Amino acid sequence: MQKSLHIDPNKCTGCLQCEMACSWENYKSFTIAKSRIKVFSFHHEGRFVPYTCTQCDEAWCMVACPVDAIRLDPVTGAKIVLDPTCVGCKVCTIACPFGTINYVAQTGKVQKCDLCEGAPACAKACPTAAITYVDSDWTGLEKMRQWAGKTDTNPATV
Amino acid sequence: MAWTKNVLRVNLETGSCTTEPLNMDWAHDYLGQRGLATKYLVSETDPKVEPFSPENKMIFVTGPLTGTMAATGGRYSVVTKGPLTGAIACSNSGGYFGAELKFAGWDMVIFEGASPKPVYLLITDEKAELVDASHLWGKTVWETEETIKKFHQDPQIRVAAIGRAGENKVLYAAIVNDLHRAAGRSGVGAVMGSKNLKAVAVRGTRTDAYQLANPDAFFAATEAGKKVLAANGVTGQGLPTYGTQVLMNVINELGALPTRNHREVQFEGALAIGGEAMHEKRPTDGKANLVTNGACFGCTIACGRISRMDPGHFSVKDKPQYHGASGGVEYEAAWALGAANGVSDLEALTYANFLCNEDGFDPISFGATVGAAMELYDLGLLTKEEIGFELPFGSTEGMVKLAELTARGEGFGKVIGLGSKRMCAKYGRPELSMTVKGQEFPAYDSRGLQGMGLAYATSNRGACHLRGYMVSPEVLGIPVKMEPQATEGKPAMLKAFQDLTAVVDSSGLCLFTTFAWGLADIQPQIQAACEGDWSEERLLLVGERIWNLEREYNLGAGLTGKDDNLPPRLMKEPAQTGPQKGAVSKLDIMLPEYYQLRGWTPEGVPTTETRARLGV
Repeated sequence: MQKSLHIDPNKCTGCLQCEMACSWENYKSFTIAKSRIKVFSFHHEGRFVPYTCTQCDEAWCMVACPVDAIRLDPVTGAKIVLDPTCVGCKVCTIACPFGTINYVAQTGKVQKCDLCEGAPACAKACPTAAITYVDSDWTGLEKMRQWAGKTDTNPATV
Repeated sequence: MAWTKNVLRVNLETGSCTTEPLNMDWAHDYLGQRGLATKYLVSETDPKVEPFSPENKMIFVTGPLTGTMAATGGRYSVVTKGPLTGAIACSNSGGYFGAELKFAGWDMVIFEGASPKPVYLLITDEKAELVDASHLWGKTVWETEETIKKFHQDPQIRVAAIGRAGENKVLYAAIVNDLHRAAGRSGVGAVMGSKNLKAVAVRGTRTDAYQLANPDAFFAATEAGKKVLAANGVTGQGLPTYGTQVLMNVINELGALPTRNHREVQFEGALAIGGEAMHEKRPTDGKANLVTNGACFGCTIACGRISRMDPGHFSVKDKPQYHGASGGVEYEAAWALGAANGVSDLEALTYANFLCNEDGFDPISFGATVGAAMELYDLGLLTKEEIGFELPFGSTEGMVKLAELTARGEGFGKVIGLGSKRMCAKYGRPELSMTVKGQEFPAYDSRGLQGMGLAYATSNRGACHLRGYMVSPEVLGIPVKMEPQATEGKPAMLKAFQDLTAVVDSSGLCLFTTFAWGLADIQPQIQAACEGDWSEERLLLVGERIWNLEREYNLGAGLTGKDDNLPPRLMKEPAQTGPQKGAVSKLDIMLPEYYQLRGWTPEGVPTTETRARLGV
């Protein structure tokens, strides 16, 4: 079964544990500036929204890469940047419609979410289950369940 | 390790920014944050210094767990001599700013002197520079943050700034970071204003800023700690759902909610301004005051209130800039802006709280000072002519107007900005000021909670609930239940709380973790992050050392044991209603025992043996 990162912004509190976990996974440092998942605060709406790569099937970044440095991980479905091959041309950062692949000046390469080889650190670190790693065919299951609960019109249970 | 071991020293007079290594001997004796900055301040300044003189220094400081995955590991403190109290001021804040400072590679920033013109400090990793802030002077905290981010074209910069209150030297001006988190008490913002320092803006991207001593042990300890927080009723449910506002009705029913400048101990409007009320849909627009709860950096509790006002409320009807969500009232603010002056309009409290965040002043001291002004008005000592409008107890319009005037430094707001002690003295009734060492009480009555009275009297920064939170044993039963009116065992419990709190405040963690965590939960996290031996015994010794060093500073500043007192009202006027009816503070019974347990003389001075034992 393939899994996907699933984000429920309603549950996010903006604590940034996910960003620290991502940075630790890749840099052995909690520096959130290096995180591949970002939590955005829409302060005046009172909303926090985590956002990262959704691993497009026909990934624009992968198609655009002139040196074939972005490859599909057949197990997780993640599109992975091969550091030794990447030349830091940044064409992928232009091609990606979502902004989720970015250049890192420190390394001279691009980086994006690689699903941590199937055990995403961000989902593990999230204290409110705003980020989960679930069956990619059923990311809507929980939402369906909530709505399903509201359709019960049996007066005895209301 | 866990320290960056770098100190940034900024001389505001000459404009120089220099780097020096952290004094690791001191780090091992004082841990970090509150303790470590106090050691630097004591070593580098004369405690008799005038708080607003350039000779006073101001230190922004992180702890070893700041900027780590330890739950709540995002705190920083500002340490300086406080203008409200003349005692040491140490104000602690959350948000994201502290962690960013750490990621930029700094344990602390020491500000010396005063700048000849308004400036802000811009830190980008190793690089630090002072930038002209003439265009920001006169602007609010919110405008300042937005302007700085736009100018540097970097939305990821974190900003701690003063508003107009700090510029105008409101004696309880705050430093506000991330729009609504504040180093709130004792007037640290006014010291910043006296130095012509408008803001500190930080961007930290370093991956090599600091290391963990033992990463495997660190993750084991911090993950265990997070589980404890999640499973605990207060940190896992009460605080996320109701914030600190979970306390409003509890404390009111207990008869310990100071009301109308401590004339009463129960507020008839408590239900309307408490945590539950924030969840209720307003009849006016069908929406609740509370939008969501929000976390500070790394916090798995997330007690923060994010509120949205009723756009039709009289205070904001024609002010769309306040119609969006922002930091809502916490318990202390709701009490001070509400019960302390008899106002029960939650929307008005929210608006006043927005103003406190927007222009940087402490809602506790502000609200309590308004309460005192209302009593002076009630007694005919303050007139409508002098204030500019009527100010009876319960005047929502009066409280709101005073918040606006204090924010802008206009009219009677200038008097309110002096704080309750100076205002009451000015009108000939100093005993009506509900303060200790010049700082206003927070939201617990000393007659109802005997241990809190002792905590207020002995707090090194004046009346404060965050130096030894006796509400835990006296109300919540943490770690053991103590009867509110009992005095037995309270001095010893308070000493233990004060020492433990000093450790937590020096670590980078939030004090609220201690609703669920004991030292046994905290110690392994510090031990795994930091090099050296950090046994529980040693940590408690560090806490005691910090407490005594603060005490020595205050004694050097001219304070004495006589300042460990409470206003006569709390000693002589019994509580009129509720479960604590008839009670007065029994401070005189507890204080001698407290001094003895501290190893201090009957005059409240650490003995030679105590000094030697702690190395202070």
